[in-house]
Amino acid sequence: MRECRIVSRKFEIDKSHTLEVAKAHGAYNAVKEAFARTPAEIVEIVGESGLRGKGGGGAPAGAKWSLMPQDDPRPSYLVVNCDESEPGTFKDRQIISKDPHLLIEGIILTSYAIRAHDAYIYIRGEYFQFQQILQEAIDEAYAAGILGKKVMGEEYRMDITVHRGAGAYICGEKSALLESMEGKRGHPRLKPKQKEPEWYFGNPTLVNNVETIASVPYIVKHGAEGYRMFGTEGSPGTLLFAMSGHVERPGVYEAEFGTSMMEYIEHYGGGIRGGKKLKAVIPGGASTAVLTAEEVSEAKMDYESMRAMRSALGTGGMIVMDEDTDMVEALKNLLEFYHHESCGQCTPCREGTGWSDTILERVLEGRGSSEDIDKLLELADTMDGKTICVFAPAVAIVIRSFIGKFRNEFEAKAGR
Amino acid sequence: MSFEFSKENLEKIEVLKSRYPSPKALSLPCLWMVQYQEGYVSLEAVETIAKLIDWAPMEIYRVATFYTMFNLEPVGKYHIQLCKTLSCALCGKAEILERIENRLAIKPGESTGDGRFTLTQVECLGSCGTAPVMQINDRYYENLTPEKIDTILDSLEEGS
Repeated sequence: MRECRIVSRKFEIDKSHTLEVAKAHGAYNAVKEAFARTPAEIVEIVGESGLRGKGGGGAPAGAKWSLMPQDDPRPSYLVVNCDESEPGTFKDRQIISKDPHLLIEGIILTSYAIRAHDAYIYIRGEYFQFQQILQEAIDEAYAAGILGKKVMGEEYRMDITVHRGAGAYICGEKSALLESMEGKRGHPRLKPKQKEPEWYFGNPTLVNNVETIASVPYIVKHGAEGYRMFGTEGSPGTLLFAMSGHVERPGVYEAEFGTSMMEYIEHYGGGIRGGKKLKAVIPGGASTAVLTAEEVSEAKMDYESMRAMRSALGTGGMIVMDEDTDMVEALKNLLEFYHHESCGQCTPCREGTGWSDTILERVLEGRGSSEDIDKLLELADTMDGKTICVFAPAVAIVIRSFIGKFRNEFEAKAGR
Repeated sequence: MSFEFSKENLEKIEVLKSRYPSPKALSLPCLWMVQYQEGYVSLEAVETIAKLIDWAPMEIYRVATFYTMFNLEPVGKYHIQLCKTLSCALCGKAEILERIENRLAIKPGESTGDGRFTLTQVECLGSCGTAPVMQINDRYYENLTPEKIDTILDSLEEGS
């Protein structure tokens, strides 16, 4: 397997979160190069690199950036999504605590490209100790003249403000995140029919995940071709894949798109814990369709391959389950999560997550029937495609994949 | 009872106002300041925030009740928040919960009689690679074992 280090290059270096060490390893080298080009050129390079959003959606970053107006009288904003709350996902925290200056550099480059002077990092409230490391890095960058009225001596003002969330999974959805940053409840917004930027207090705004932004300095330095050296045609570059659950060495390891999932689990994760057999993997954070061991043995970790398996790459955060895992209990655990985290705005989601949680509880308590399993599938249909955001459709995918692939376990628990 | 922000917090709020397009953006930052200052968010504090950022108290209250990290009632000096989501559950969360419950003689949602510890089960803390995980106040404790729980609780009990 090919080693590739685009965003994790400094992770193992001692004190890599400090400006001194980061600079000694090349931090902020791309800033001068970027300012020598026009903002539109930076957007173009990122577009050509094929960089895709690394927060779970995988939308092409360049297309999103090019929606930002280059000549609007209103201010433009950059919002970096560090709400990282998808179960199984813990990669952005590695960036902000091990290489925060890479993120800051990416923010400067991205802001310049979309003509923003104010950037916000929305960070989940629980990550306070990592937020402090990030804030120290930002303070250091201000003191060194990297941020502030003049970015490294250029006539460009750049301010970064860290905005702390307070415990709401849904705020990782970009429009809910912006609502939250406007001081309100994190309720997702209706999506426009035509392509347009996001809006923060009515101003054009770009929202990208931490890892997406942290990939930009590499692309500016090495060009679109340099980035495309890794990954596949449709999914260029790398991702900080993560592994948790029943593996010997859980953790975050960068790999290029297209890597074989089983090889990854064996090479970096050391295989299944205790020499057990693999039963299933949830491939990209809780909200992607679970894969059976057989599917995992064929799975390649890129957007197209995962879609062809009727699952999704998502955040690349894999939850690995061994042969002893009770799939009914596992689904119950996830339904409790969704029940708790539904924002409550749309009825099918608010009620559907609660009902499905209640039904499965009944099954687990031995009071269920095989009708309950069909009721869960019916609820999945009720939740799919009838809500403002993709939260409820994701719950539908989770229910269908668990029951569809492990129906015998559900039947056995339901009793009849 | 009324609530007043400390002088230090009022200064912070003024700085933050210059950072955002609208003072309404300050509702979450202000609620955090309240929680650090008082330990929880009271209705009086909600009214004070509303005046400060020029919004209806009900709007602030809607926000305070939406986000699970805001405590609307006082909690123990040490707020233990144990992650219960899938990766932690797969890696032995049940055993950890049992040990905490036995040590402190409380169930999730309860506080010890002396007001020192509150135990809550929470959803994914984003630390799945080092499961099981809990958070006590602002700090994460990772790769937990029942023995580690003993060590952690011993040190907190001695320290307080």
